[in-house]
Amino acid sequence: MKPASPSPYAAKVRASHYSLWKDCVPLLGRLDFELTERCNSDCIHCCINLPRDNARARERELKTAEIQEILTEAAALGALSVRFTGGEPLLREDFEDLYLFSRRLGLKVLLFTNARLITPELADLFGRIPPLEKIEITVYGMKRQSYEGVSRVPGSYAEFRRGLDLLLKRGVPFVVKGALLPPNRGEINAFEEWAASLPAMDRPPGYSMFFELRCRHDAPAKNRLIESLRPPLEEWVAMFARRRQSYLQEMREFCGKFIGPPGDRLFVCGAGRAPCVDAYGALQPCLLLRHPETVYDLKNGSLKDALTNFFPHLRQAKATNPDYLARCARCFLKGLCEQCPAKSWAEHGTLDTPVEYLCRVAHVQARDLGLIGSGECAWEVENWKERIKRI
Amino acid sequence: MTLSGDAVYAPSENIVAREIEGEIIIVPLVAGIGDMEDELFTLNETGKAVWDKLDGRRSLYQVISELAAQYQAAEGEIDKDVLGLVAELVRRRMLVAVEPA
Repeated sequence: MKPASPSPYAAKVRASHYSLWKDCVPLLGRLDFELTERCNSDCIHCCINLPRDNARARERELKTAEIQEILTEAAALGALSVRFTGGEPLLREDFEDLYLFSRRLGLKVLLFTNARLITPELADLFGRIPPLEKIEITVYGMKRQSYEGVSRVPGSYAEFRRGLDLLLKRGVPFVVKGALLPPNRGEINAFEEWAASLPAMDRPPGYSMFFELRCRHDAPAKNRLIESLRPPLEEWVAMFARRRQSYLQEMREFCGKFIGPPGDRLFVCGAGRAPCVDAYGALQPCLLLRHPETVYDLKNGSLKDALTNFFPHLRQAKATNPDYLARCARCFLKGLCEQCPAKSWAEHGTLDTPVEYLCRVAHVQARDLGLIGSGECAWEVENWKERIKRI
Repeated sequence: MTLSGDAVYAPSENIVAREIEGEIIIVPLVAGIGDMEDELFTLNETGKAVWDKLDGRRSLYQVISELAAQYQAAEGEIDKDVLGLVAELVRRRMLVAVEPA
């Protein structure tokens, strides 16, 4: 037998680093699965939620066996983990079955939840058969008034706290994250102090602030509400000032690696490499992008076909919108700016229309970092490589 | 840990062993196998060759004998690898002793 290795026969490896040392990367690393668009909350900022008892949505959702078939193929293609999200994924009556099925396939499970539907039995299950990923729980407020000012469901705060307590008592690791909204904006310090006391939190919590518009284009009135909830740009910059030194350090490293004009290629993000199955069987290139020309029908195809044929072809797509080509394609703030086909789709129903709000956000951030001057447009800057060194 | 050559071992029901791109990845199923939530285990080339034969039917003697023939090596060169790996995986609760089928 050769070689008789002098090293241990079995090595521990962090799953998140797994692909870094392998010569041959599996076709699929992680699959996102939006189990339902229904939710037990009615959050003021949400881009996807439907009422929990929406019969039409429920009827259209993938059946248990269909989901299991997709999970089985994902595992066969080498996926190490699946992310269950929604809507609220725990609303599905077959959630436990899907969870156990995934774990028995050898998949790690990353669960995005509001924690309101965690029962003693489910917490016991997570304790006995751990997801192998920290559960991620979004917190909408530190008090009943602020939380339910966002969730718009009486009693939801108590349910959320109960769910958290059940996980804590069983030692199930979870992290929390925030959504910065008018009802809870005064609670940032209290939230971060509390978050730091949670056993599995190893870094400050993340926040969502730049809320997406309704990604099914189904509620114009809700879109106006969502737009009104996005923070004023000065407030957003002030968020970063709270940890100025670490922020600048991160930005130095980030800009050195990821900033620069994208050219006319639409997808510079690896779209489709960590795809998302929506609640009805459409495979999206990411969690957000639902443009009909960018999704693949899994009911009439396979993950493998999507990953080897459909998405590689999609990634070659080029922008054609003259406004995009004149601005975004030449703008070195790509990387700082969240402009992408998914955001363009949500805001304008196209893949390559500049999103003005994101453009303003990126420019404010760039001015704060000293990358551009007052009144300067980043797509007109020629010496952007030199400017990055200024940070 | 002392292992008997007559003993038969099989993968524990508490783990899931997956082969991805030619590598064996052992994923803990129940709590207490990995130390951390983000931990998997992988076998090196030697480990994989041994693992493939730990099927709940072969005794350790048979495993050693088959591997010696397969790799054209003396059994004395093989048994250290087999016993070393089995001891390690039993200690990690990834392998369990079973009654011969």
